[in-house]
Amino acid sequence: MRNSAFFAALFGVAILVFGAAKLIDNPYVFFAGYVVLQYIVLSTGWNILGGYTGYVNFGTAAFFAMGAYSTVALHKLVPEMPLPIMMLFGGALSGLIGLGTGYLTLRLRGTFFGIATLAMSVVVQTLITNWSFVGGSRGAYVVRPDTTSVFAIDYIEYLFLLMLGLSVIAVGVARAIEKSKLGYGFATIRDDELAAEASGVPTLRLKLLATALSGGFMGMAGAPLPYYVTYLDPASGFSLSYAVNTIAMPLIGGTASWLGPVIGAVLLGTLQQVATVTISSALSLLIVGVMLVGFVILAPRGIIGWFAPKRGKGA
Amino acid sequence: MSEAILTVSGLGKRFGGFVALADVELEVRKGERLGLIGPNGSGKSTFVNCLCGTLRNDAGTVRFNGRVLDGLKAHERTRLGIARSFQLPRPFTTLTLAENLRIPLLYVVQARGTIGDIDRRCLDLLDMVGLAGKAHHLPTDLTQIEMRKLELARAMAAEPSLLIADEAMAGLSHQEVDDILALLMRLNEQQGVTIIMIEHIMRAVMHFSQRLVVLVAGRKIADGLPADIVRQDDVVAAYLGS
Repeated sequence: MRNSAFFAALFGVAILVFGAAKLIDNPYVFFAGYVVLQYIVLSTGWNILGGYTGYVNFGTAAFFAMGAYSTVALHKLVPEMPLPIMMLFGGALSGLIGLGTGYLTLRLRGTFFGIATLAMSVVVQTLITNWSFVGGSRGAYVVRPDTTSVFAIDYIEYLFLLMLGLSVIAVGVARAIEKSKLGYGFATIRDDELAAEASGVPTLRLKLLATALSGGFMGMAGAPLPYYVTYLDPASGFSLSYAVNTIAMPLIGGTASWLGPVIGAVLLGTLQQVATVTISSALSLLIVGVMLVGFVILAPRGIIGWFAPKRGKGA
Repeated sequence: MSEAILTVSGLGKRFGGFVALADVELEVRKGERLGLIGPNGSGKSTFVNCLCGTLRNDAGTVRFNGRVLDGLKAHERTRLGIARSFQLPRPFTTLTLAENLRIPLLYVVQARGTIGDIDRRCLDLLDMVGLAGKAHHLPTDLTQIEMRKLELARAMAAEPSLLIADEAMAGLSHQEVDDILALLMRLNEQQGVTIIMIEHIMRAVMHFSQRLVVLVAGRKIADGLPADIVRQDDVVAAYLGS
């Protein structure tokens, strides 16, 4: 399928999703759906670096929270700025941080890169905790309007729509990369960087592009968060559960293609939301743990691994 | 005598206090078949890595087609026309054979401007090394010799003017060595590719090389016609002890 056709199809799916959420006629659907969509963006963004180039990023929370905190800062500076513009700012900021982190740490591979990203997350959290303009350790309040100023849409539905749109863009971009020259370049980095260089692939430039894109999407996913939670403090913004969920979702769904993170996010995100309502919110990390153990045993290549043909066997 | 394609002067490389290469001089002419030999640890692979940009040389310069390569990254040198095969094959393991060859076609040949049907080109290259039947297999399905052929095909896909084959035949059987030799000969004679062959199998080196260079402990100790070189006393001493 051509990229434009795929985008059109994604757009159609998004309209159906919104229509279905409207039909259920319960505002909580939008609350819960927002979180699932947010995880689609996060895990798709994570997978551009982690799945395509093989660099495992444990610092999701930092990129995500930077997006959220840039909104807190913008909200104080320019309160009337529309949220989509704030999302662009958040994405750009996190993208830049991705670029910087990438430049400093991409000489590290495997576990060492993972540890460096985790450390970066702690450093950024410390900075935010000590920056009183965005609330410091006390946290910051962002007053959420009831409706949008222009079309008077319910604000939660508006947030849901924004995240739905961002999901469409993130998934569309991830798929476009996968089938492109860039996607092949990313795959060679995952497989063997020395051989990639010898085959003419500019590995450093591609890795920086991957970290920037990945960080950018995470930042954009985080930007609406202050309006969603209305109170943001470092402990919740930088919560480890963002990092853990964002790694678990592509692993459960499958990292080899754009569909994996989407399946993982929908499955795990929905399950967590249901468990939060019916049992307890404390259960969500336990669910992740159990599912990860299960999927490592049952589906080492993720859910899409069950359906993807085993290449090379009599093909 | 045709002009030089590669000129190495005063090349030096240290790892801490260990001198891996010292003051190596070498000139390779267009279309030449050069053999590079030396005992284990003599600096052959380090030399190749310095030529290809995998390692940075500490001293000296490398010129390729008159252009100074110092400071250029490996992928930039590949784009200029230097291709290599690795001593231990390093295929892209999650990509099929055809996709493996697609990488240099996309990143080198296409970057130079002209490219036709990429799928066709991948198959032609695989056909050249006798792997067309496995185009859609993963490299993990291949035998040792097939891996080496893939390695050479991927190097050739970049359409180099200089090919460096780093022990492309180690561990292969007599017949397999002949297969690879024939392949390299064809590349040299039909497509005019200059080839530097690093090899321990003397039968292959003697058959293939027009000129032989010997590295011992990071220094070039001999350079000349293969038949003369192997009779030289210091070369014999380096291999067999005096």
